[in-house]
Amino acid sequence: MTRLAMPKADEGVLARRGEIAEALRAIVGTEWVVDHPDGLRPFESDGLTAYRQTPLVVALPENTAEVQAILRYCSGSGIRVVPRGSGTSLSGGSLPLADAVLLVMSRFNRILEIDFENRAVTVQPGVTNLNITNAVADRGFYYAPDPSSQIACSIGGNVAENSGGVHCLKYGITTNNILGLEMVLVDGEVIRLGGKHLDAEGYDLLALMTGSEGLLGVVTEVTVRILQAPETARAVLLGFPSSEDGGQCVAEIIAAGIIPGGMEMMDRPAIHAAEDYVRAGYPRDVEALLIVELDGPKGEVDFLLDRVEQIGRANRASYVRVSQSETERQLFWAGRKAAFPAVGRISPDYYCMDGTIPRKALPAVLHRMRELSGQYGLLVANVFHAGDGNLHPLICYDANKPGELEAAEAFGADILRLCVEVGGVLTGEHGVGVEKRDLMPAMFSETDLMQQQRVKCAFDPDQLLNPGKVFPVLHRCAELGRMHVHRGQMPFPDLPRF
Amino acid sequence: MANQGATFRPDTTEGVRELVAWAAAEATPLEILGHGTKRSVGRAVQAAYTLDLAALSGITLYEPEELVLSAKAGTPVAEIEALLSEHGQELPFEPMDHGPIGGGAAGRGTIGGIVAGNVSGPRRIKAGAARDHVLGVTAVSGRGEVFKAGGRVVKNVTGYDLARGLAGSWGTLAVMTEITVKVLPRPEATATLVIRGLADGEAVRTLCAAMGSPYEVSGAAHLPSAAAEAAGLPGRRAATCLRLEGFAPSVAYRLERLAALLSGLGGAERLEGAPSAALWRAIRDAAPFAGSDAPLWRASVAPMAGPALVSALEGHALSHFYDWSGGLVWIEAGSGIGDGGAAPVRAAVAATGGGHATLVRGDAAVRAAIEPFQTQPAALAALSRRLKAQFDPAGILNPGRMPAAN
Repeated sequence: MTRLAMPKADEGVLARRGEIAEALRAIVGTEWVVDHPDGLRPFESDGLTAYRQTPLVVALPENTAEVQAILRYCSGSGIRVVPRGSGTSLSGGSLPLADAVLLVMSRFNRILEIDFENRAVTVQPGVTNLNITNAVADRGFYYAPDPSSQIACSIGGNVAENSGGVHCLKYGITTNNILGLEMVLVDGEVIRLGGKHLDAEGYDLLALMTGSEGLLGVVTEVTVRILQAPETARAVLLGFPSSEDGGQCVAEIIAAGIIPGGMEMMDRPAIHAAEDYVRAGYPRDVEALLIVELDGPKGEVDFLLDRVEQIGRANRASYVRVSQSETERQLFWAGRKAAFPAVGRISPDYYCMDGTIPRKALPAVLHRMRELSGQYGLLVANVFHAGDGNLHPLICYDANKPGELEAAEAFGADILRLCVEVGGVLTGEHGVGVEKRDLMPAMFSETDLMQQQRVKCAFDPDQLLNPGKVFPVLHRCAELGRMHVHRGQMPFPDLPRF
Repeated sequence: MANQGATFRPDTTEGVRELVAWAAAEATPLEILGHGTKRSVGRAVQAAYTLDLAALSGITLYEPEELVLSAKAGTPVAEIEALLSEHGQELPFEPMDHGPIGGGAAGRGTIGGIVAGNVSGPRRIKAGAARDHVLGVTAVSGRGEVFKAGGRVVKNVTGYDLARGLAGSWGTLAVMTEITVKVLPRPEATATLVIRGLADGEAVRTLCAAMGSPYEVSGAAHLPSAAAEAAGLPGRRAATCLRLEGFAPSVAYRLERLAALLSGLGGAERLEGAPSAALWRAIRDAAPFAGSDAPLWRASVAPMAGPALVSALEGHALSHFYDWSGGLVWIEAGSGIGDGGAAPVRAAVAATGGGHATLVRGDAAVRAAIEPFQTQPAALAALSRRLKAQFDPAGILNPGRMPAAN
């Protein structure tokens, strides 16, 4: 993956490395700046390990004032900054730059306020997703978005990536569950958005910040909405002789007005890999396996489970199994949750993709993926958030075989272009980062991308925050700001007025 | 006040682009209009010409099984709701109809206006706001360029979320020409519990307790006696209302449990069918304040702070009711208050822990004299102005309507 072009490193900044580290030490204290090569190594990549870059220097601030001072210093001196939470990004969102300070937010790990009556929890951004739920679970509450990395990923990273999870069909993604933020702009200004109240009083900057991949500001505090946990949850496994049948079943469940808490599909290679690994009791003789979880009040769950079972049978389900206990429900999920490592057991390496498609396009997309799999000579296993059309094809390859990594990447890019062709998008929850950056023109026109970059200019006119991510071509803000004016006649001169 | 100049009624995105590009070149301001039902929100726009989007109308995509609908910006909400209803679906955020409080007819309003104002109803506390259901837009920036953002699928983090970002921008950043929204099945059954005679503080504590229960409350409002009477609940007693929606067996199950949870408060009346629907429509549309032209404020605060906000306004001859579990407070100011109540309302919001208040009805003189939208701290206001300048450098879209567009 050496082809990835990142912004050219600023030689002047590289030459000032020692001086920059000293300035950062003066802000956060000696022990919270890392510049020794051994100390920098753990920071050279995130969850997308194929890309590596040693950062200029790492700073670990502890509070908003320190973040402010660091950003003020960096922006004043023209130094780039890459923010990083727990470093679990699967798209290279926190990949360091050779000439950038890596701003690591892991010391922001305190829960600041739990307000059960207003159902709002305020935390520092380094708190892990799961620890928010853990902090409120004793009163029966939880934080709904549950990315599979929730044990490690930070809420600040969730905001940056607008993370999803298995339950977002029913409960929404991060943007639907955030009430407020405190953030620091690159010039050191502290901005507060929202709070415990609903909706913005002006422009919806919360919407722009959520999913901005660390390009607009550094989040220093997050207020999330918490929900009372459902009374109960039960799941059913439905096995189908074809992915078409499975896809039709998903469509009919939705058409019946049922929004399951989770609805996951796996194809035959994924089923086999998971079953070999976890022994969840999945059937091996089906082409598609659906896990449908109903959660909510007990009376509702039992009622809907019956309906889902009926819809499954009407769609030729050859295998139907309803969880009879909490242990069994957990077992159903164990296979799905272990799908990635399970594929890791059958292949030396795998590349996880993340496109979203309209649900109805599933059979056609799976069919085309099988063709591509033959063409590239690489196995692909599919796990799929069936309810919302979010695909996770896992392309199996062996990095030690010359050319296979490149083939896997080309295969992945073909899949994502296919997603866009059928009306979908390049990334459902992993973010663009560096991984999908150069595919952005498959989905957006130059005008679309320029308008997005103008948003960046409002927040960070010198483009110092996380440059080289998301946008394939960096335009200077001065260039983006120019208006191309064509003076002309008043349009529609003959239209009736008033 | 209506504009003096010509009104343009393009019926295509290209027509909108052509007009906006011309206006940008001439630095000529435009008022962007749908059906005009929310024209009394914010300052009156001073513009030479009106860009009327009512002719840019029509549903362009509806796939019930995909829970997705696209429509041109000027499409009547009523047309969208009627089509969804035929397929047992609805707009989950239950958009308010601004017509009646603005002195106009009910049943008007466009999808563009709903998204531009981020207009939601009582179900906002459970289902989210209009902005939460926006999946994609096509729009014309103030630079006269057509751009699209988002898509037609729910799971999408490709690039900045400009589609949601345009929600609530009141036509000051770009002219949306087509909008894609997520829709949901309409609940099979609805039931409402009404507890009578609670004082505000106890009522809002009750609403918040119900929202913190696992019974999936989808409407939580408290109407003091006058508002209750006006909303069709006779008896001259305050009404604390909790709505449950879903499949019939589920609603029945939850209704029993929620009633048991609240049994310490005396008996609760139960409303179903048409009376329940009528009550929530009245709450949604702030019906207790229709048919008046007194200044009307809409404040959003932390739910438990609602009653404190109202207490802080004592002595200002105001009437009020609460939605969103106490967090949305509708406040009608007496007509005798010079600034329409701006000073006391704003002071009360600040004193109760923050949030915002917007004057959604008031005569043009009051709206010109005060800032109808919540004033922001300097750094945030400056950021908003920079964002505005990136979309509309010539300042031609709805100038003056929002603080950032001044």
